Amino acid sequence: MITPWLGAVIGITNQIERNIMNLSLRRLLFVLSLAVFVSSGATMAADEKPVRLRMATTTSTDNSGLLEYLLPRFEEQNGIKVDVIAVGTGKALKLAERGDVDVILVHAPAAELALVEAGWVVNRRGVMVNDFLIVGPPADPAGLKRTKTLAAALSMLKENQGTFVSRGDDSGTHKKERALWLLVDGPPAGDRYRESGQGMEATLRIAHEKEAYTLTDRGTYLALRGKMELVSAFESDAALDNPYSIIVVNPARHRHAKYAEAMRLVSWITSQEGQDLIGAFRVEDEILFHPTAIPIQ
Amino acid sequence: MTDSGIGWEVFEIMGVSLRVSLTATLLATLCSVPAGFLLAVSSFRGKRTVVTVVTTLMALPTVVVGLLVYILLSRSGPLGSLGILYTPAAMIVGQFILALPIITALTYTAVSSVDLRVRKTAESLGASPWQASWMVLKEGRLGIIAAIVAGFGRVIAEVGSAIMVGGNIRGYTRTMTTTITLETAKGNFALGLALGLILLVVALSINALVLSFLGRRS
Repeated sequence: MITPWLGAVIGITNQIERNIMNLSLRRLLFVLSLAVFVSSGATMAADEKPVRLRMATTTSTDNSGLLEYLLPRFEEQNGIKVDVIAVGTGKALKLAERGDVDVILVHAPAAELALVEAGWVVNRRGVMVNDFLIVGPPADPAGLKRTKTLAAALSMLKENQGTFVSRGDDSGTHKKERALWLLVDGPPAGDRYRESGQGMEATLRIAHEKEAYTLTDRGTYLALRGKMELVSAFESDAALDNPYSIIVVNPARHRHAKYAEAMRLVSWITSQEGQDLIGAFRVEDEILFHPTAIPIQ
Repeated sequence: MTDSGIGWEVFEIMGVSLRVSLTATLLATLCSVPAGFLLAVSSFRGKRTVVTVVTTLMALPTVVVGLLVYILLSRSGPLGSLGILYTPAAMIVGQFILALPIITALTYTAVSSVDLRVRKTAESLGASPWQASWMVLKEGRLGIIAAIVAGFGRVIAEVGSAIMVGGNIRGYTRTMTTTITLETAKGNFALGLALGLILLVVALSINALVLSFLGRRS
């Protein structure tokens, strides 16, 4: 017994089969060209271009929603469209060195200074600071919550139970993590230390699934907190500060770099207006970034 | 603000996906169909090797193509002066390269399976070489169309090269697949899945449209 809907499906497949038998190449090319033409028209609006400034930044600033909140105001005032490429800080620095972007907003002070020193980038300005924290499973197998100092927390991670998931991607967070492990002569041994090789969100997800610890910036953690069981295991230590800088690609090294536009972004983001906006930005009612370009009066 | 209120933006994202993938498919078709045809009708030393290479290239990993195109188009690379890295044009280049071997290899197979007598008969009836070739192409059209559809399927679905050379820039180079990657990383699984379904439905509609339009020929 063939139900009506099955009959309809068979009817359609028959139709398609008949159609296939009558295909013509010329028509296919025509259809393809037409489709390209129509879809170009549909996205034409996106192409009427103001100046496009390319900014490489970290996933932490982009995915926290900060840039979506901040940049439209700058774009409107200056008629400059900022193309945000969210990658790890290591890659962002590399993109600046190669001249593939015009400006970077990153958080790895030592690596930044090395790039300035080498002459690839200029005009580094501090923009804001937030902090890192170590998050882990609520059961806290390593016993981090009982520790008072960062060094104690790290050695608990190293000596006790529990797994640590590292970014392992040479991002700013990964650079920070490696520097921290130096305090206790290296990370946990063997399979209690895993490298995800992925961004902060993916790494947090892996830590959540494996009931492991990881080092995260506060912004990304807050953005994902509702979707996972990880809780803060250790936080609030001066060594966990996470300063962000904006740096411009040196036009003497990369002549095509949009230096003037990049400098307008730098001066806007470090202006009173930009800094006030950063200070007012909240995720889940928590302030994420504290502006640092202008000293508090 | 952290929730992905994607809403209407999905149409813009779909637009970028379609524009990039259709353009890449069209360009690849213009190169690959003649190439596959020539490969099938000509005979030369090392033809077998060429066919093997082209067929193997169908398995080219998208991230490898992404990396190659990145190196080529980077400001510090050989084609850096074009300045098209992180634009839709760069994504088109990547997907063009991905589609080339698929359409070429499948066109080759389609044309190879056309009876040799088609060409001979056409020529004996006074057809010029061009006309005879056209007859052969027409005879193999089913396979050639399948080749083009397969090429389109490969590029609209790929994410490796699009994210590497496009940069996933919101409102500019963000495609359906790069959006799915991003939303999955953010833990928005349901949204990612929904976008995947939309992509599938749109691809299905395009294929259905193409087929029904072509079928209307009397």
